[in-house]
Formats: sequence, structure tokens, C-alpha cells
Amino acid sequence: MEKQWYTISVYSENNVGLLNRISGIFLKRHINIEGLNVSKSEIEGVSKFTIVIFTTEDWTRKIVGQIEKQVEVIKAYYHTDEETIYQESALFKIASDLLFDERQIQNIIKESNSQIVTVARDFFVIAKTGRRHEIDEMHDALEPYGIMQFVRSGRIAVSKAKMPITDILLEFQNQ
Amino acid sequence: METLKAQKKDVKNQKPMRIAGAEAIIHCLLAEGVDLIYGYPGGAIMPVYDELYKFQDKLTHVLTRHEQGATHAAQGYARVSGKVGVAMATSGPGATNLVTGLADAQIDSTPIVCITGQVPRHLLGSDAFQETDIVGISTPVTKWNYQITKASEIPEIMAKAFYLAKSGRPGPVLVDITKNAQFDELDFVYEKCTGVRSYKPFPKPDLKSVEAAAELINNAKKPYIVWGQGVILGEAEEELTRLIEKAGIPAAWTIMGESAIPTDHPLNVGMVGMHGNYGPNVLTNECDVLIAIGMRFDDRVTGSLDTYAKQAKVIHFEIDPAEINKNVKADVAVLGNAKQTLGLLLPLVNKNEHKDWKTEFDKKYQIEYDTVIKNDLKSSKEGLTMGEVIEQINIASENQAVIVTDVGQHQMVACRYAKFKQSKSNITSGGLGTMGFALPAAIGAKMGAMEREVVAIIGDGGYQMTIQELGVIFQHNVPVKIVVLNNDHLGMVRQWQELFFESRYASTVMVNPDFVKIAEGYHIKSKRVSARSELKNAITEMIASKDPYFLEVKVEKEDNVFPMIPSGASVSDIRLK
Repeated sequence: MEKQWYTISVYSENNVGLLNRISGIFLKRHINIEGLNVSKSEIEGVSKFTIVIFTTEDWTRKIVGQIEKQVEVIKAYYHTDEETIYQESALFKIASDLLFDERQIQNIIKESNSQIVTVARDFFVIAKTGRRHEIDEMHDALEPYGIMQFVRSGRIAVSKAKMPITDILLEFQNQ
Repeated sequence: METLKAQKKDVKNQKPMRIAGAEAIIHCLLAEGVDLIYGYPGGAIMPVYDELYKFQDKLTHVLTRHEQGATHAAQGYARVSGKVGVAMATSGPGATNLVTGLADAQIDSTPIVCITGQVPRHLLGSDAFQETDIVGISTPVTKWNYQITKASEIPEIMAKAFYLAKSGRPGPVLVDITKNAQFDELDFVYEKCTGVRSYKPFPKPDLKSVEAAAELINNAKKPYIVWGQGVILGEAEEELTRLIEKAGIPAAWTIMGESAIPTDHPLNVGMVGMHGNYGPNVLTNECDVLIAIGMRFDDRVTGSLDTYAKQAKVIHFEIDPAEINKNVKADVAVLGNAKQTLGLLLPLVNKNEHKDWKTEFDKKYQIEYDTVIKNDLKSSKEGLTMGEVIEQINIASENQAVIVTDVGQHQMVACRYAKFKQSKSNITSGGLGTMGFALPAAIGAKMGAMEREVVAIIGDGGYQMTIQELGVIFQHNVPVKIVVLNNDHLGMVRQWQELFFESRYASTVMVNPDFVKIAEGYHIKSKRVSARSELKNAITEMIASKDPYFLEVKVEKEDNVFPMIPSGASVSDIRLK
């Protein structure tokens, strides 16, 4: 079966140790987590893990089954890139003098639709939100001038189809 | 914990008791109906042990000689009684010694709750004396685990622990309790947990899938059932019996499912898997509908998946959605508790007989009898076979005993030849294959079913892994019968070395101590036999004993267990010699 990118969305209780439990499921099967983000979700008190992996659908389905089996996981879904709207964020820390000395840097900022978050005496910080390849392109464009620090977040994603998590919670409560 | 709250029932009529956390733990155990726990004290769990001292008229604590023994005893207790087994240990090495038992209980779906002491909260993360991250260590081998750091958490977490261990697909739960939480006081009110919002014990049966299963079964010419422990855990023995009798379906078992239906039931065709019976294995690849009930298609059951039941439509009755299509693709998956789903299926299946198909199993049995079974049970060799020992135990116990096995050749022989009349009678380490399981598990099994005969059958290798638990048998006078089948080898590994490693017996020859003297050292009645002429009497005497009894049987040193599906081969290619 062909490997591709899958985004796994896990709705769970917000508990210490659950990340360990979930990451162990990937570890046991030698599947690398390519992106990981944990945040609150649309439901109060419910956390959402967004996990990106590159593997076959068969493995993804089995992993999602194992994740859902965990006591504190309410529901897990998986989607292909086509089925989701997804983005990543990146921060670039660059020496302040370059902003004035290298006109091209201002062009890169404008063309990439990124924003200057802060300017200090010694450095300034650019924030960029977009697809992985857009961030990579911007990184490549800035690299020749010198990047003091770079960081990119895990993927965040919403599915195009409904994730009927509220209905599931209601059903649980009514049982 | 706010979001995790179990659904609250009315507790207004309970008056809170102001007590220490350690005492609260005892009250939780009593409220869950626990009257017996296995464990080993130590620094970080001492406040709880102090309470156990005060409550010893209500709660018996059995001091095992190693914490691993406590987990296996709790497992043995749980497996015969259907109740939750409880083990207790201190922090650090006490806690890490539980890990093998937790892993065994996890893979064999056994409901146990393990309670560990932990260093006080303010010392967590400081590498304090006997501090270990047991929650981190036990995460992959527990159904759920939790560290209590505040006394006020105790009732809710303990209630949740028992609920999760027993409900749905059962499993081990570990609760780690820091020492400060044992000392601190709380207002104690206990209510049993009846649900956790993020957790579904089992899916509601979908009637459509049951109907689809019935249609496949009703149209099948050669239907075949393979059942597993799910039938026992789900208490669906009666439903399964009615199903096979109504629809006339030959049914075989995995070793975890053995004893759910009496051995002599005419439609019970035997054991599947690596050392299972010939017919049940090869006919897996000749049936037209394979009905798997409460089993998970372990690799020791299926052999090569590429050649497993490819001709058949597969119906999978299963409680755990993650098991569906994990190893074998199901044409129809019926999710739910086996008692419910089989109950729904029964009225939909037609009465049938499948006589010709059943005859296929009989023919294959005859082949296996002539080439394997006859030699195992009526050997013409000078040395005793393991099979004839099991046969004598069957006779002496009138097939009524609980048989507890360890891991290896003796385990396969016992599962093949032991006969059962009653469910929950075959206690073995199936999934994890834990050597050292049997002796402590037999102690737990006996204490969980005092009215029953419990016979532990153990190899000379595994026996020495937990031999110290003889101390428990002596101290608590637990009348288990212990049979060590001694071939002076690690027999199963030796068999593989003979067959697949050109007889290079790397570290499988055992130079053994005098087992009889060791048992005598614990004041346990004991005997050694090596001649066929002595066997029957020795076993009769052992079964008749009201006290614990140890019997060492010297068996053929280099016998092999057959049939055998070589690792990775097809069930069709099972070897008879």
C-alpha cells in the first residue's frame, strides 16, 4: 500500500501522561511522528492532538484504532491532506542591521505575506504562517543573509468534513 | 480531574469520614468487595500496610516472596473467579517488579489492580531513595494508570481503577500513591464508578452486522468456529454452546479460550495454533465461513497470514474495535460483548447438522491419533512422556481440576491433553509467554476457588523462576498440587534448536537441584517418580492429599511437541513429526 501524509486528530481529556501513552503507540510500531501539536479544541475541557505521519492507510487506521482504545481518548480521526485545511507557523530571528542593509529582506517579507512581530536593537522577528513548502521557501530565501534562530510549529488542521465529536460526547453522557 | 469525573450518583446519604489516605485505600478495597490481596511491603507503602494490620479480620494480605509473584497470583485469582485481582508493592524496585505481571495481564486481558507506594510529592523528580517513574514505565503495559498525589483523589481514582480493570475488555490498572497522600486526611465518601465519559466498555451491537453474520452462517456448507478467551470473559459459554448445537458447527479453541466448552462436547474439535490439533489447523484452510469469537488472531494461532483462511468468508465477533482487521480482514465484523451478540445471533441461525463436514475433523483426528497422540499417551519408550502425566491427572481429578500451566513444552502438552468439564479452568500465560507464571498463578487460582482442585503443571526451567513462592504455599497452607515435568532442559527452546539450529543446544541444558528436597525445606509433602509403574499411584496420592503437594516427574529428556506449525509457515503445513 502506498505511503502518504495523514493528519490524525485526537480528541481527549486533558490529562498528564496521555501524550506518553499516545506517543508509545507510534514508538511500538516504528512510525515517526512528523508533526505534533496539542491545544484546546472547540469543546470546553477537551484537548486536541494533531499528529502528522507519513505511512500507509492500513497502518494509520490501525494506529487510530489503538489511540481510540485509550481510556482518556474520546475519539480519533484521520484525514489525507486533500481532506483537511492545514497550516504551520514559523518564527525567524534575524539581526536588525540586515533589515536596513539588505533591501532584499524587506521584499522577502512582503512577498511571503509574513509579518514582523517585533524589532529590537539587535534583532527582529518575522512570523510566517502557511504550508510547509512556503515556510521552507522563505527559509531558503533568508538563509544566505544569516538566520539567528528558526523554529517551525507542528501542523494544525481542521477537516473539511464534520467531526461529530459533540454528538459522541452527548451519546456517552446519555448512556 | 474535573473532566474525568465518573457519573455521579446520589451520595447524600453517605456521611463523610475524616480519615487518612492509607485508611481510605482499605475502605475503597472493601467497598469493591476485595477480601484478599497479594503484595510485599516497603518504605513508601508502609502507611497502607499499617492499616492492613488493623483491618486484617476483613482483608487478608498474602505476602508473596517477590512482587512478580503478587501480580501472577492476582491474575490466577482473577482468572478463576472472574473478580478483580489486587497486588500491592512499594515504590522503586517493588514497583518495577510488577511490570512482567502487568504486561502479562495486559496481553491476556486479565482484570487486576496494582497499587504502588511512591515517594512523597515534594520529593518527586528528585531521584529520591526508591523513586522510580512507575507511571511512565507501566504506561505501555496497563489499560490505565494514575499517580495520586493528594489524599482527596483516592476514592474517585480507586473506583475508576476497579471499573476500568473489569469493564469492557478487561486489563491491568496501576495506581501509584505518593506517601504524603497516604498520611494526609480526607473526607471519605465512596461511590462505585459506573462510567467514564471518554471510555466505552464495548460498542452497542449493530443488528445489521448480526443479520449479515447469520446469513453467511445459514448459507455455509463448511462453517467453522474458532473461539478465544472473549467467550469466558464475556460469560458467553452457554450462548456459544447453544449456537454450535443449533447450527451444527464444529468449534475449536485458542489456548486462552480452552475450557469454555467441555472437552468431550462432540462439536468441540480441539485446539488451534502452533501446537494445536491437526484438523482444527488444516481445516481452517478448507472451511467456507470462519467464525472467530472473542479471539484476536495471534500469530501463534494463524501462522502465516498470507495463507490463512483465504478461501473463507470471515466473521469476527469481537469486543475491541481495534482488533477488527488488525491481523485478519473480516468480511463481517460483529462488535460487542459476546454474550449479547451471540444472544442476538441465536434466533437468526437455522438448525443444521453439517455431518459430512464434521466427519472431516474426525478423519483428521484419526491421523493425528495414529501419528502423535498414541505415542504421547501410550508410549512404548522407557521414559515417561508429558502427555501420559496429564492423562493421569485427568483420570485422578475426574477432569474437574483447574489446570495452571507455565510456558513451554509442558504448557502445550497440558493444553492439548488436559480435559475440562467447567469453564475458567485452564489458567496459562498465553500472549506474553511468561515463564514463572504458573506457581504464583496457581496460588491465586486456589485462593480464588478454594472448593476446586488446582494443579500447577510446570517445567523445570519456569519452576525455578518463581520457586520462592513455595514460601507462600507453606506459610498460608495453600493446598495446591504442583507437578514439575522435569526433562532437565529448557525443552521448547531445545526443540527449536534441534529442528532449526542443527541441534546446537546453546544454554538449554539445565543442571537441576534436588526439587524434592527444596519442597521438603518448605515442609511441603513431596515425591519424585521416574517409572511408568509408579506414575498412577503417585498422581492418585497427590490428588487425594488435603495438603499442598509437590510431585516431580522425570520425563524423557529430548521429546518434541507435535504437531507443530513452524514459525511463519501456513496452518496447512503443520508437521506431524
